[in-house]
Amino acid sequence: MSWEAVIGIETHVELSTRSKMFCGCAVDFGAEPNTNICPVCLGLPGALPVPNRKAIEGIVAIGLALNCEITERSVFHRKNYFYADLPKNYQVSQFDVPVCRDGYLEIELDGETRRIGIERAHMEEDTGKSTHVGDGGRIHSASETLLDFNRSGVPLVEIVSRPDIRSAAEARAYAQELRAIVAELGVSDARLEEGSIRFDANISIRPAGSDTLGTKVEIKNMNSFRSLERAVDYEIRRQIAAVEAGQQIVQETRHWNEEAGETQSMRTKEGSSDYRYFADPDLVPLVVPPSWVEEIRASLPELPEARRKRYATLGLHPKAAAMLSSSARTIRHLFDETVAAGAPALAAFNWLTGEVTAWMRRTDTEPAELTGERLAALIALVDEGVVSATAAKEVLEGVLAGEGEPRQVAEARDLVQVSDRGALEGAVRRVLDADPDAVERLRSGEEKVIGFLVGQVMRETGGKADPRLVNELIREAVGSDG
Amino acid sequence: MPVDIDIAHVARLARLELTPEEMETYRSQLGVILEHAARVQALEGEPEVGSVHGLGIEGVFRDDEVAASLDRDEVLAAAPESRDGFFVVPPALEQ
Repeated sequence: MSWEAVIGIETHVELSTRSKMFCGCAVDFGAEPNTNICPVCLGLPGALPVPNRKAIEGIVAIGLALNCEITERSVFHRKNYFYADLPKNYQVSQFDVPVCRDGYLEIELDGETRRIGIERAHMEEDTGKSTHVGDGGRIHSASETLLDFNRSGVPLVEIVSRPDIRSAAEARAYAQELRAIVAELGVSDARLEEGSIRFDANISIRPAGSDTLGTKVEIKNMNSFRSLERAVDYEIRRQIAAVEAGQQIVQETRHWNEEAGETQSMRTKEGSSDYRYFADPDLVPLVVPPSWVEEIRASLPELPEARRKRYATLGLHPKAAAMLSSSARTIRHLFDETVAAGAPALAAFNWLTGEVTAWMRRTDTEPAELTGERLAALIALVDEGVVSATAAKEVLEGVLAGEGEPRQVAEARDLVQVSDRGALEGAVRRVLDADPDAVERLRSGEEKVIGFLVGQVMRETGGKADPRLVNELIREAVGSDG
Repeated sequence: MPVDIDIAHVARLARLELTPEEMETYRSQLGVILEHAARVQALEGEPEVGSVHGLGIEGVFRDDEVAASLDRDEVLAAAPESRDGFFVVPPALEQ
């Protein structure tokens, strides 16, 4: 029998507000443990939470970017469970009335676009951070747990996809696109390795073509896009093997073990009713009027998908458009400026993702001296044959080092190509006179000799001759028309 | 309308150890409360969002400004056990 995987992804995004979700404690990840805590985020009796306006703007921005409906009146619920990193014994979350509902996100995979539904995005708070100490530092063998509540109460947005994902590669593409969107919005650091964006996957299998849902298993602890893809792939294969061997899939949470390359059972998952959700009596309804939504919509930046489409209309290949779209903001900004200054999109793309990006990596600095106008001017110098493609790289170095406009740099560094026939004829004559043998071989049709002779003239002119012109002059002199 | 309650399950979720007598007491007490809730739920019409409060207040926010936190030593002094600025608790997963 052939099987089909049904995958939904839950994404947690920590918002990068200055203060926490319901209190004024600082959000500061480098801080000494338990220095940003107060009665509200420690769950002390009588403390009253008040929502952070900026966090609400963050979730609305995410919802709009994911094409969601924004609920005007939504409700905070308490999700009750006992865990040491949850000081109140409940997490403030949202249940039946979340802020964002019914959106979608488009992913591109192998040249095809697929739309993945977004069921909801809701506002909640993060838990504290626990460190398990003891033999090997592993959770199962820990002898005690250390708790730091600095993260307790940090605004957290949970984004729940519909079970529209069908493969590990799609799961990865979805996660990458979602991360790109959140990063572009600037509402979160969105760093996987620091846990400011985290992905859990719900996976089940069913006979291909069936429309029933199998028992789902939740997998956690994927700290990179690669782990996510591997974990999903492993879990699909594990479930298929289990079912084909006549076993039942148990609804549970499994932990991805990167070293072992497998998912491992953690605990039997509690059903939703076990969380005994109820409306938080300390928090009044959350109201986001349409006027506020429109204000936030107006402030949204250009999102990755729209950007890729725009680059493609400028003539970039879809792969180049995707690559540029995920480049550093500086590179993208320079690209737009360079094209606006009249340069062809492809040349701007090549320079920026090639030489300029390499320079930024090498020097670990921003190209502050480079503007779109300067890059466009440099591209024009190459097109007009004023500088060679090789010399242009040196001109760029000069511009980046603050030596001024490209033409100034080319002149100051003596890189302007000699394109004047009269000036080059002497050099060509000297090279040909010095090597009659090569001339004879070229005459008799040995084509590769031309490259050697052009090289000799380039050397004679200190690399400044226009090679196309030199080629032409040699052929004229030798009487070979190639 | 009597409501069926798995009192042992509820007690386990709330981490309560109850004697059989206590289970019976709470089962009947909770039963009265849940029957009342069931009558309210049976009322016609959709409940309005926010009707749980009845305060007539909604859409309250604070600006994203940092306020002073508590003194760590004072907070940790109230904890049964602490070390190096951390709260120390028994291992998260027993068994």
